[in-house]
Amino acid sequence: MATKASRSAARLMMAPAVILLLGWMLVPLTMTLWFSFRTYLPLRGGDQGWTGFDNYVRFVTSSSFWPAVTTTLVIVAGVLAITIVFGVLLAILLDQPMWGQGIVRILVIAPFFVMPTVSALVWKNIFMDPTNGLFAHLWRFFGADPVSWLSDAATPSIILIVSWQWLPFATLILLTAIQSLDSEQLEAAEMDGASPLARFFHITLPHLSRAITIVLLIQTIFLLAIFAEIFVTTGGAFGTRTLSYLIFQRVLESQNIGLGSAGGVYAIILANIVAIFLMRIVGKNLDT
Amino acid sequence: MSLNSTLRAATALGLIAAGSAYADSHATTITIATVNNGDMIRMQGYTDRFTEETGIGVEWVTLEENVLRQRVTTDITTKGGQFDIMTIGMYETPIWGANGWLVALDDLSDDYDVDDILPAMANGLSSDGTLYAAPFYGESSMIMYRTDLMEKAGLEMPEGSPTWGFIRDAAAKMTDRDNDINGICLRGKAGWGEGGALITAMANSFGARWFDEDWNAQFDTAAWNETLTFFTEMMNESGPAGYATNGFNENLSLFQQGKCGMWIDATVAASFVTNPNDSTVADSVGFALAPHKDGIDKNGNWLWAWALAIPAGTQKEDAAKQFIEWATSKDYIELVAENEGWANVPPGARTSLYENPEYQKVPFAQMTLDSILTADPNNPTVDPVPYTGVQFAAIPEFAGVATEVSQEFSAAYAGQQSVDEALAKAQDITNEAMEAAGYR
Repeated sequence: MATKASRSAARLMMAPAVILLLGWMLVPLTMTLWFSFRTYLPLRGGDQGWTGFDNYVRFVTSSSFWPAVTTTLVIVAGVLAITIVFGVLLAILLDQPMWGQGIVRILVIAPFFVMPTVSALVWKNIFMDPTNGLFAHLWRFFGADPVSWLSDAATPSIILIVSWQWLPFATLILLTAIQSLDSEQLEAAEMDGASPLARFFHITLPHLSRAITIVLLIQTIFLLAIFAEIFVTTGGAFGTRTLSYLIFQRVLESQNIGLGSAGGVYAIILANIVAIFLMRIVGKNLDT
Repeated sequence: MSLNSTLRAATALGLIAAGSAYADSHATTITIATVNNGDMIRMQGYTDRFTEETGIGVEWVTLEENVLRQRVTTDITTKGGQFDIMTIGMYETPIWGANGWLVALDDLSDDYDVDDILPAMANGLSSDGTLYAAPFYGESSMIMYRTDLMEKAGLEMPEGSPTWGFIRDAAAKMTDRDNDINGICLRGKAGWGEGGALITAMANSFGARWFDEDWNAQFDTAAWNETLTFFTEMMNESGPAGYATNGFNENLSLFQQGKCGMWIDATVAASFVTNPNDSTVADSVGFALAPHKDGIDKNGNWLWAWALAIPAGTQKEDAAKQFIEWATSKDYIELVAENEGWANVPPGARTSLYENPEYQKVPFAQMTLDSILTADPNNPTVDPVPYTGVQFAAIPEFAGVATEVSQEFSAAYAGQQSVDEALAKAQDITNEAMEAAGYR
C-alpha cells in the first residue's frame, strides 16, 4: 500500500520523463506560436520584433491561401475515394481462396513500404514522362498523342501517385475486417435467394463500415500533410500547391519564418477541424 | 624486455602513429557545397592534385541547383557552419556580402591576378567594391541554332542580334512535326533560376521590368502582357510538347538529340552541344546574340556566374582560400585545357582566357564574350529599376517571389490559365510579398 511519502517519491521519479515528454511536445508548438507573432526574416537581419496578428491576416488574405486549401481538400478527398472504393474491391478479391495467396497479398501490400520520395520519382520518370515514360509508349502504341501528365493533369496525377501508395493500407485493414465476416450469414442469404449485389450492400458493406471509418480517419490525418510527392513531381506548380507546400514556400523559399509559422498554426487548426469532424462520424459508427 | 611487452609497446606505437596520421589528414579537410553542373563535376576529378600539392583534403557535397540553394541559404542564415566553401551565384553574393556573412576576398595572392577577372563578373560578385566570391565560370545566354536546318528553311541568321519577329518566323519555318523537329526550344519549367530566368531576360528585351522605382510590381503593364503572349504563341506554334516542364537539362538533351532548330540558353551549353561524344548535331551548330524587340536596344540575354565563397566563421579560412585560388586560377584552366581540350575549360571568368589565341579558335568563344559584355546588371531594361541583376532582382525576397510567379507562368504555358490570369496572379503574389517584407 502506497504511503503519502512513497507516492510523492514516485511522482518525483516520474517527473523527468513527464517533463521531457511535455517539453518534446510543447517546445516546437510554443516556438511556432512565438514566431508567428514576430517579423522574422533571416535574410534581412533576423528577428525584428512583434507584429501582432499581421502574419495571420497576411497569410489568410494572400491570393495563394484559398487555392491551397482547396487543393489540399481535393487531393485528400480524391485519394480517400479511390483508396476506399478499390480497397473494398481488392479486399473482397484477396479474401477469395486462390493459388499463391500469400505472395499475391505481399505484392499488393508492397507499395506501402516504398518511400514517398522514391515512389514519386518512379512515377514521374518511369510512368508519366511524356517522351520516355511507359504511359507515353502505351499512348503512342494506340496511336494517341502522349499526355504530359504532370503539367496537363497535375492534380489527378498526384492523386494517382498518392492513392497507389495508400491503397495497400486501406486494403490491409479492410481485408482483416472482411475475414471476420461470418460466412454462414452469407450462405444463408445466398440460400434465401439474395443476389451477389444485394449480399454486398446489405451484409458485407455494413460489416465493413467500422473499418472504413478507421481508414478514413487515419488516412486523412496523414494525407493532410503530403509533401514529398508534390516536391518531387511538380514543385507546387500547375495548381498542386497544398497548404503544407505553401508553408514550405513561405519559410524556405521566401525566407519568412513569421509568415510561415502563422501558416503552420492555420494548418494545425485545419487538421483539428477535420479531425473533430471525423471523430464525430467515427464515434457514431462505433456506438452502433 | 619480454616478447609480450615488446608487442604491447609496438601496438601502442602503431596506434599512436595511426591516430596522428588520422588527425593529420583530417585536421585540414574542407567541405565544399557545389552544384551538379558538368564543370563542377570535372573539377572534382582534379581535386586529388590539389590535395597532393597542399595536403588539404576536400570533401564534396554535390547537389542539384534548387536544393543547393536551400541548403546553403539555410546554413548561412542559421550559422550552421556545415561548409567551408559554398558555390553561390551573382544573386546571393552581393546580399550575403553586405550582411557580413561571407569572408571578403581582398587579400588574394599576386599570382592569382584578381584584375584578370572579367569586370562584369567581378562587379556582380562584389558588394560596395569588395569581392566576396571568385567566379568559377561565368555565363550569359545566346542563341544556339542548327545551321543545316536554317539553310534548309532558306534563312540566314542576321549579324548582331536578330529580332524576336525573325526568331518566331524562323522557328515556324524550321518546325517539322512529322520528323519530330521543333523550331525552338526554351525553358518553361517553374523556378526562378529556370523558366523564371529566361522569361525575365526576355521581358527586358520587350521593355518590361519587375518593379518600378517604388517597388510596385509591374505585371499589369502592356510590356509584360506582350512578352508572355509572344512567348506562349511562339512556343505553341513551334515548341516541343510539354515545354512547360522543360528546364536547362531537358532542352539540352532535346537539342543534342537533334530535336530543336534553335535554343536560347546559357552560353556554357555551347561546349556540350558541340561535343561530338554527346551531341548528334555537333558539327552544325551556329551561335548568335540573344534577340531583341524591334525598336528596343536591350537584348534578351542574362548574366550569371557560379562562384566560390567562404562563409564567415569557418575554422578553415586559409585552407578554403587556397582552394578557391587553385580552382579559379589560370593554372586550373590550363590544367583542364591540357587534359580535355580548350573547348572544355570553364568559360566566362577571366579576360586572359579570351586573349589566348588557342581559346579564340573555339567556335563559341567570341559569341560568349560578346553576350557577357552586352548584359548590364545596373540597367537591365529600358526603364529605370531599383534593383541590380539582369534575370533577377538582387533582393532577398526575389527567389521566393519569382518561383511562385514562374509557377503561374508555367500553368499558362500548359494552357491551364490565360496569360491575363497568370499576370494578374503574378501581380498579386509580388505585391503581397513586397508588403510582407516591408518595401511598400
